[in-house]
Order: sequence, then C-alpha cells, then structure tokens
Amino acid sequence: MKTVYFDNNATTKVADEVLEEMKPLFCELYGNPSSMHTFGGQLGRKIRRAREKAAELLGCEPVEIIFTSGGTESDNAAIKGSLASAPDKHKVITTRVEHPAVLAACRDLENHGYTVIELSVDREGRLDLAELEEKLDDDTALVTIMYANNETGVIFPIDKIAEMVTGRGVVFHTDAVQAVGKIPLNLAKSSIDLLSLSGHKLHGPKGVGILYVRKGTRLAPFMVGGHQEAGRRAGTENVPGIVGLGKACELAAQNLEEENDKVKSLRDKLENTLLKMCPGSRLNGDRENRLPNTSNISFEYIEGEAILLMLDKFGICASSGSACTSGSLEPSHVLRAMGVPFTSAHGSIRFSLSRYNTEAEVDYTIEKMPPIIQKLRELSPFVTK
Amino acid sequence: MWEYTDELKDHFFNPRNVGEVENPDGVGEVGSLACGDALKLTFKLDENGRIKDAQFKTFGCASAIATSSVLTELIKGKTLEEAAKVTNKDIADYLGGLPEQKMHCSVMGREALEAAIENYRSGGKKKHELEGRVVCNCFGVTENEIERVIKENNLTTVEEVTNYCKAGGGCGGCQGEIEKIIEKIKGDKIQELTAAATRRTGKLTNIQKIHLIQQTINEQIRPALRAHGGNIELIDVEGDKVIVAFRGMCAQCMLAEYTMKDVVEAKLREFVSEDLFVEEDKESASQPHEHRE
Repeated sequence: MKTVYFDNNATTKVADEVLEEMKPLFCELYGNPSSMHTFGGQLGRKIRRAREKAAELLGCEPVEIIFTSGGTESDNAAIKGSLASAPDKHKVITTRVEHPAVLAACRDLENHGYTVIELSVDREGRLDLAELEEKLDDDTALVTIMYANNETGVIFPIDKIAEMVTGRGVVFHTDAVQAVGKIPLNLAKSSIDLLSLSGHKLHGPKGVGILYVRKGTRLAPFMVGGHQEAGRRAGTENVPGIVGLGKACELAAQNLEEENDKVKSLRDKLENTLLKMCPGSRLNGDRENRLPNTSNISFEYIEGEAILLMLDKFGICASSGSACTSGSLEPSHVLRAMGVPFTSAHGSIRFSLSRYNTEAEVDYTIEKMPPIIQKLRELSPFVTK
Repeated sequence: MWEYTDELKDHFFNPRNVGEVENPDGVGEVGSLACGDALKLTFKLDENGRIKDAQFKTFGCASAIATSSVLTELIKGKTLEEAAKVTNKDIADYLGGLPEQKMHCSVMGREALEAAIENYRSGGKKKHELEGRVVCNCFGVTENEIERVIKENNLTTVEEVTNYCKAGGGCGGCQGEIEKIIEKIKGDKIQELTAAATRRTGKLTNIQKIHLIQQTINEQIRPALRAHGGNIELIDVEGDKVIVAFRGMCAQCMLAEYTMKDVVEAKLREFVSEDLFVEEDKESASQPHEHRE
C-alpha cells in the first residue's frame, strides 16, 4: 500500500539532494573538523558553506548561526542562556500555546524563582498584543513566543512583537521550527534576537538544528566543553547533519515561493472539500494568518485516535490533538487554550503537507475521509439523526 | 502508536452490534464528552430472561469501540445473573489484552453493563448514578469505583489506577487519596505511614523545613495546579503556619478553598510535617492576577 504522508509538521522526508550531500561524510570524509590534518580540517569548509546557506535563507550573517542538536536544544539554550546573562531580572513572558520544548522549559523556571506569564489566545488562536505590552516591565528578562503554531499553523505577528519587546530593552526569542522553510523570513529586517529551527522539519536530517543569535545578544553557553561554534556550543560537530541542513536550507530558499503556492492550493482543496463533505466539521485557527501547509479540522462527537487508525488502514498519515493520542487523558493544550469545546477538541485532526504531496493524494484522502467520519458518527451516542 | 492486538483491530474495524435496540429492557449510559469516551448500551431479554439482543454506541478511541463491541458479544445469550459476572478483565482477555493505558476502556464496558442491568431492575426508571464519595473530580470517579478496580485487578500503584479508571489522570490532586485507598486495601496501616512521616521530619531545622516546603510545592503541588491553568506561590512560613498565595485560574476558582485544604495542606503534611497548616495570603489575594483568561 502506498503511504500518503500528511504529517509534515511532525517530521519530513529527507530530500534526495540532501542525502546525496551527506552520504560521503559517513565512511569516506569522516574526519573531525577540529583536527590539524587536511583529512579532517577540510570539513571545516563544508560547515562554513552550510552556515552561509542557512544565513542566506534567514537573511542574517553566517556568524549569527549556531548549529545545535535540534529545535528542543535551541529552545533550551535560548531560554536558559539568556536568563543566565541577565541574573538581575526574574520574569519571563510566553504563551499558553507554545511547543512543549518552550513551555516545559519556562514552567521549570518557576521552580527557580522566576515568574512566568503565559499569554492567552482567543478562539482563533490569536494573541492580544495589548496584553503583552501591559505585562512587559523592567523585571522582564525574556519574551519567548513561537513564530507559527505546530498544531493549528496560526502565525503570530512576530516582527511586530519583536519590535515591541526589544524596544523595551527585553530579549526576544522565537521558536520558528514550524515557520522556517514554509514562509519567508528576513532577520535583517526584524528585531528578533534569538530564533530556533530544526533540520528535520524542512526536509533535512533529524538531530540537527540552529540557534540564531543576533550579534550583540548576550547569551551564556548552554553546552560547555570544546571550542566548537566559537565556544558557544561545545561538542564535535555533527558534520553530516550540518551539511545536510545547509543543503536543505538552500533548497528551501529556492523553492519557497513556487512550492508554497502549490502546497497551499493542495491544502485548501483538501480542507475546503472535507469541511463541505463532513458533517459536524469545523476549522481550528485563524484562517487568514496561517502556514500554507497546515490544516487542523475538528470532527464533532467523534474521537481522533479512531479517525487516525481508520486513515492508517488506507496508508494516510495525519495526527490528532485527542487525549488518547497525546499520552495523557486531556486533549491538546493548544485547542483547550483556544477554548475549543470538548465536543470537538477530542476529534481534531491535523493534516500537514509538504512539497512532495500530490493532487492525487489529496483526491484519495477526500475520497476516503467522509465515509470514515460517517462510520464513526454512526457509532457515536452523541450524534442524533 | 499503540500496540493493538489483531482481535482488537478486528472489533474496531468491524464492530458487532452497533446501534440501539428498539424498545430496550435495559439502558446503560456511562462516560461523557469531556472525559473523551462514552458508551450507551441497550439490551432486550427473551421470554426466558436471557439477553436476546444487545447493541452499543460509543464515542471514543479504537479500544473503547472494540471493548464495547466485545461486551455485546459476551453478554448475548446470558441471563442477567450470568452477565453480571462479566468483569473488565474478561473483556480485555477476549481481545488478547489491552495496552495498560487503555484498561479504562474495559472498565467502562463493565460499568455500562451494570448501569443497564440496574436500569432494567428498577423498571427502566433508574439512570446510572455515581455511588459513594467522588474522589477524582476531573473524571467523576468515586471511592467505590476505585476500590473495585484495585481489588478486581490487583492494582498496586496510582499510575495503574489511572490507567484502569482515569482517576488521578487530570489535575492529579487526588493522587494522594488514591494512594491511601491502595494502602487501605493492601491492609497496611495508614498510621504507620504517618508515624514514619513524623519520624522523618522530626529533626528539621527551620531552614530545612522551609526548603522542604518549597520543594514540596515545586514537585507535588504546582504541577497539579498547573494542569488547570493555576499556580501557587510560597509567601512565608511562621512556625507551623505556611502562608501561600494562589495565582492564575486558582485565584478565581470556586474550589480554591477546597484545593487549599485537600491538596496544598494534605501534600505539605504528607511530605513535610503533620503539624503544618496553610493560610492564604490576604494582601496578595486582592492584587490583580496574571494568567487571566
């Protein structure tokens, strides 16, 4: 059976071109870039190229790029590192809908004497910037707000937020793991101080990511040891990963516009048709300000895990914010923060597309989905005819 | 991805006896939308008092649907006395086992069956009601129900109890109480535990005590309040009086007083000292709160 992969916000296929660049770095060019000999030392050039490509995609300088082990490390390093550099301030502002990598890191700070403010969102998943402005004060060490939400795809007005926050002399970090490669970003024209991204969300390999640190931003190193990454992130470089990520950034920059038109039109076709054909369905999140690849749809009175398993039988991969799929007994914290009622929070399905998806796959899903919803609604004691 | 058996997948993809029996003799409804699963069981008896037809409707995950399907298969042809003997374990065994975290689905099946039989015996009047004191407010689970799953399945930890009946899986505020129920059933004397606790903390210096209070708040109390969008701050300690302030949702919560005694004070007594009592900081209560929705 063919796999239809609509779970690209979870992870993506490594692009063939990326894999090609990585291949020789395992068994042939396996040296350590820190070595004095040419065999190892020549890899420094490859890392430099990767850094330049990443900088090009983000619109920043290569020296502002630190390679890490992924999004979670970048988030932790940004949060903990910037607080360590501002020991006199004890307040952190974030949102209720952050990825756990940020939310858990912030909540842990409460055990170390910090006050953490979690901004709420409205029913569409939007922030109230006036609330943020009101909370900013001289004791605020850091504001960390995601660029785009992983579950709903809702994009926050990050450039505007960054300007407001840094204007008050406060450091601003954004988890841009879901945004990079999907929407255009230009750090040269933004006031963002710190930005996290992850390789495997943009057709690069797993286990590698980037922390962008604006020149002049004070950041205590998160990992200490060797002198790699100019002493800002110790540990022998993940050479294949870094080179692969560099290539993935290059491809993302090339394909951004054209492919997003294609991905967006596929997403819209899938979304609009499902909303029309499936009774009791509703879209979660701000329809306008949204990633072009993400669609989060709730199906009332039925449960997400059951939907996923039925889709799985047809080889269709998606994800759900239901309690049963989250490993806890409560549904998605993002949907709950948005005030999505329990009647539909348990039955939410996220489709996230990529440039490798085709119209045939969308048509196939449109054909399979309505009977699944129909079948589960017939099983549900809450659906009355 | 859950590890489901082939039997379970079969009953999920091809559920037996879906629907509602016409003019049923018994109706059992358990669960709710908020909980994430719910089951409506209907049955009809033949002239000999055997279950002639049983049908179900279920809102829930694959294992909730599969266990409901199995339940109807298991009770068909049985007298009510025979059917009443079906346990959650019978349902799980029929499917070749369930993942630990899904055991509550089999318990929901057994509960629906009991509710339906009860409904029949009361002449169709009685609806399922919670019996006994509610321990877990998040999922509405009573002491009777918790005792029963512990006894029937030989459970020994709070985590297992959560897997079997969801109790303790929401805010976590009742986990201490569930532990006590487990202890009670195990036959261990609670007094011994309390004595041990007092012994452990008998020689605390003031600094050690404050440190332990802060640690207990960080590790035991805050995560529970956090789950409901609330928070807590330690303001001061005067002798055995611990002064705290509620933040976030807790500050406006109608159950705050209950939380103060049953969660905060109980945890501090359990982990620090039996002599502690808690007071809310009046001054900070009048201040505007963060985290307002």
